Amino acid sequence: MSDASLNTTTTQTGEAGFGDYFALLKPRVMTLVVFTAFVGLFAAPGTVHPVIGFAAILFIAVGGGASGALNMWWDADIDRVMKRTRGRPIPAGKVTESEAFAFGMTLAAMSVVMLWLATNALAAAILAFTIFFYVVIYSMWLKRWTPQNIVIGGAAGAFPPMIGWAAATGSVSLESVLMFTLIFLWTPPHFWALALFMKSDYETAGVPMLTVTHGRRSTRTHILVYTLGLAAFAIGTGFSAVGGPIYLIVALALNAAFLKGAWAIWRRDEVAAETDGYRAEKSFFKLSLFYLFAHFGAIALDAAIAPFGMGGW
Amino acid sequence: MMALSRQHELHKRRFSRNLGLGLVLAGFVALVFGLTVVKVSTDDFTMTPAEAVN
Repeated sequence: MSDASLNTTTTQTGEAGFGDYFALLKPRVMTLVVFTAFVGLFAAPGTVHPVIGFAAILFIAVGGGASGALNMWWDADIDRVMKRTRGRPIPAGKVTESEAFAFGMTLAAMSVVMLWLATNALAAAILAFTIFFYVVIYSMWLKRWTPQNIVIGGAAGAFPPMIGWAAATGSVSLESVLMFTLIFLWTPPHFWALALFMKSDYETAGVPMLTVTHGRRSTRTHILVYTLGLAAFAIGTGFSAVGGPIYLIVALALNAAFLKGAWAIWRRDEVAAETDGYRAEKSFFKLSLFYLFAHFGAIALDAAIAPFGMGGW
Repeated sequence: MMALSRQHELHKRRFSRNLGLGLVLAGFVALVFGLTVVKVSTDDFTMTPAEAVN
């Protein structure tokens, strides 16, 4: 999920407040991490003590936040250039790069160890791998190297439900792989829609987003093709072990709307998009946020009513 | 160099950081305590007599 902040206020005192450190954790991205990890944990078979469940979600969130802080440390140079990220704590002069690095590393280590102690080694290992994947594989390597950056890098955001599931069961199963794949396939169209209306940001920063390397026409086609794949998978998941009647209804409705949005983006050219201020692209982006929360909300609802003989198949 | 007033904006931010950190640490202590209680209360929690003595 993008952290689309347009705040460009700058302060140069170097005395960071609590909120500045909190902002390093990318709280908006954290909402996705918390929610999908909760659904992974909640939908898993068996029962988890509420205190352990709460601790698991909290440490997964802290691990996700640590990734965000380390990403901001590494990307401070391009964050200073892009309009969307100029207000982040490092470019705004509130937190130094070395402080962000130390903060991120400390939280990363603490979250992994605490998740291990609270739940099990497998959940902690997947969390550690997720942090490594987001910081090293995505931020340091893929992001500035290939236009497939967010396709592969999207895996980092897809792990939380798998970690939640592992925290509850101590294993990785088909259900958690399906939840992972749903987020993995959702990420590219979500980010490419953002790249279409955040026009020059990525180009200015030298980030090889698809819009920069293959052009905007190609990006529109990519959004449609990936949305077709996502819709087929999301609806197909409705008939699997994580699906159920509520999920299927939600998936059918939202994927129809999502496909309609992708079709509208594909049909337009830049002139039409410029004329109405990228209205179709922006509404597709907004819908993509609701799309993911609704799908995972439906998985949780089906799991909640399953003990009463409803939900699930 | 401009002198700092008694209650400069910088002090407010420093206080917010200290207060926030204090609350986070207190919450962390409470959480670890809660986790410990839950872990030792579960049926599968066992200690060997030697561990219990030490």
